[in-house]
Amino acid sequence: MENRGITFGYGFLSQESSFDVQFSLIEFDGSHSYFRAYLVGLLNTILVSVIGIIFATIIGVVVGIARLSNNYLINKTAAVYVEFFRNIPLLLQIFFWYFAALRALPLPQDTEPMFGFFFLTIKGFFVPAFIWNNLDIFIYSIIAAIISIIFIRIYARKKQENEGIQTPVLSISIGLLIILPLLSFLFGGVDASVEVPVLKQLSQSGFTYEGGIKLPPELISLALALSLYTATFIAECVRAGVQGVSKGQKEAAASIGLTPNQVLKLVVMPQALRIIIPPTTNQYLNLTKNSSLAAAIAYPDLVLVFAGTALMQTGRAIEIVSITMLTYLSLSISISIFMNWYNKKIAIKEK
Amino acid sequence: MNKLNFLQPDKNNLNTYLYTGVILVALSIFLVFLNSFFEKDLISFLPGTLSFFLPLILGFIGLHLIRIEYSGLKFLDSVNKNINTNNFNAFLSLLIVFAVIKSLPPILSWFILDANIAGDSKDVCTGTGACWTYIKIWFNRFMYGMYPNAEQWRINLSFIALAFLGTIGFFATEKFKKYLTLYYVVVYPVIAFFFIFFFISGGPIFFDFSYGIIAAVISIIIGFFIPSKFKMYYFIIVPITLYILLKYVFFYEELIELGKLEALEWVETGAWGGLSLTFIVSFFCLIFCFPIGLFLSLGRRSDFPIIKYFSIGMIEFWRGVPLITVLFMSSVMFPMFLPEDMFIDKLVRVIIAISLFEAAYVAEVIRGGLQALPRGQYDAAKSLGMGYWKMHILVILPQALKLVIPGIANTFLALVKDTPLIFVVGLLEIVGMLNLAKTNPEWLGFAMEGYVFASVLFFIICYAMSKYSYNLEQKYKTER
Repeated sequence: MENRGITFGYGFLSQESSFDVQFSLIEFDGSHSYFRAYLVGLLNTILVSVIGIIFATIIGVVVGIARLSNNYLINKTAAVYVEFFRNIPLLLQIFFWYFAALRALPLPQDTEPMFGFFFLTIKGFFVPAFIWNNLDIFIYSIIAAIISIIFIRIYARKKQENEGIQTPVLSISIGLLIILPLLSFLFGGVDASVEVPVLKQLSQSGFTYEGGIKLPPELISLALALSLYTATFIAECVRAGVQGVSKGQKEAAASIGLTPNQVLKLVVMPQALRIIIPPTTNQYLNLTKNSSLAAAIAYPDLVLVFAGTALMQTGRAIEIVSITMLTYLSLSISISIFMNWYNKKIAIKEK
Repeated sequence: MNKLNFLQPDKNNLNTYLYTGVILVALSIFLVFLNSFFEKDLISFLPGTLSFFLPLILGFIGLHLIRIEYSGLKFLDSVNKNINTNNFNAFLSLLIVFAVIKSLPPILSWFILDANIAGDSKDVCTGTGACWTYIKIWFNRFMYGMYPNAEQWRINLSFIALAFLGTIGFFATEKFKKYLTLYYVVVYPVIAFFFIFFFISGGPIFFDFSYGIIAAVISIIIGFFIPSKFKMYYFIIVPITLYILLKYVFFYEELIELGKLEALEWVETGAWGGLSLTFIVSFFCLIFCFPIGLFLSLGRRSDFPIIKYFSIGMIEFWRGVPLITVLFMSSVMFPMFLPEDMFIDKLVRVIIAISLFEAAYVAEVIRGGLQALPRGQYDAAKSLGMGYWKMHILVILPQALKLVIPGIANTFLALVKDTPLIFVVGLLEIVGMLNLAKTNPEWLGFAMEGYVFASVLFFIICYAMSKYSYNLEQKYKTER
């Protein structure tokens, strides 16, 4: 290393980065430091992972249940979906959405609005934005609602164990989640207005939308490909989990007089979740790691911004690659530690 | 005549219900069919929303009418049981049928009816459908990358030969069956390596290869006359001595002349690409990652703390990072740790990186199998006086590996699907070639065709692999 004239050190992190990033959640331009560039990349990675995880879970659970359906058509449709998306490389899917499918979208000036406010164009997806006054009070009210729900759940469980009386936790929780934010609107001075994207002419033939939030096509195609791909694995996890609960359990539950809903809620789901959750978390982890493929379509995630642009500029290959790897590593190790703890907690306690 | 109750179809008026229902369903399907294939709307006189939903409503009522349990008609019963158990199911079934009918015409027209395949330039693609001409023209590039056209027979020949050698297991007689594992684990990879290294890449190294072949052939021929007691030593010592003698003492000049005649043109790995590179990379990674993963999984269960924690560290590290950063590391960071004059080929680095990466996953899968075996198996093997290796090779691993065939197959599938990532280091396998072809100024705007083509190829490969693993699983399934 020495004879190649390479020095080692992390001092470059505080230097001025002098490059710009297309899309970032926090303010960033050339005058910010490389460390801030790292944060921008990390936040973008987290953003696309969270979006991907939410959609993958929704699609995966729906498809997994469809896969268990006794309706031949639904079952086969789900099977075709799973086999198809699972057997095509993720990178190919990302390229497909980005270079082929989203490129077929209309130009901003030709776009028909969806539901009046949403504009899906070749330059990205423009959605209305909320402009908040006193956003922090609103967020506090939601947090307060969640915390009180947790306490109510604990209280309800205790009550059921001691006195055998069930509390309608679900309706109380939903009520709390609606009422507390509503109160913040009425008394906390929270105010929200909607800003709709408006078409604006930049030049003779160049149009764009102004106002609202712009989701770049990179983000859309990446999130789409990640969630469609990971959903197939989650669907299989869900299917395996529900099938893993033996028939005798359901029959036994039915025979002691539980209603079908209760059977599902009290007998099948707890056991199925025990099988479903560990592999599903693994899939979430895979999704997060796979989001690094963003570099291929220039979505500014951690790998592209930090291990790409910053590395090119500083030439600090060892430091940057090791920081990037450490970030992913600590992410996955912390999740796997959590999973081990969780596994131990829910494992069947055998004598 | 019995009273008809349309809310509750029953068996008494089976025919009435059946005919009304079938006619309604057929009508609804016919409406959608006309609409989607011939763009004719028979019910356009109705108000907008109603004409849109009418087929759905008609079909729904129809399916409701034919939902008669134990009707005695076999076909009707199976329809009811499979797609029409209740209202919700009927609704979903209808939706799926309509969606298929609706989406068929555009798909058909894009893929076949309006597509072009004739001709050899972009100008022939005038239709609204796919331009398969693009695939046709670029086919060689997609398959072989930048490999020179005149030399592509070498790739074909090697792959055909390797495929043939790979099927030897099916033809082996009983006598040779026991050597098959050895063949597939050791001999076959070595042969494959020689093929790819000397045949596909070619070049001056081929000279050395000719010495090696001669040494091997001579030593095998003499080997038949050696008593089996000494055979092992013989096959280790003699070929190497022969090789050295041949190269440096006997036929130095003559063989170089011989080699020159047969020398193949050197094709550097940067020029390899396309689907053949996908195969090469996945093949070698498959071969290497399995034994490494096996040893890591054994190491993780070892009693020696050093081996144990080393294995855990290796596994958790590779599993924790994305493959793309591993490839980054292999391309930008790794060369810095090498001595100045040392150079490792890009392809080799990639293969090492992917193998180590996938080995960690294989290790975890195999560990699952090892943990699933009851302790009694270990104890029984030990009580027979078996040592560590004997116990694992003869008792534990055959059972454990059998259990984890699906898991290993999944890892291998993931490996094949990960190969496109090698674009990071500048190697262009099929997806990389597609991206290159897409930016060619003469062929702009055909990204869709390329990706569909590659998707179909990958789907066939991966689907075949998963079906094969399923067969293996069934074949080796033992009742426990």
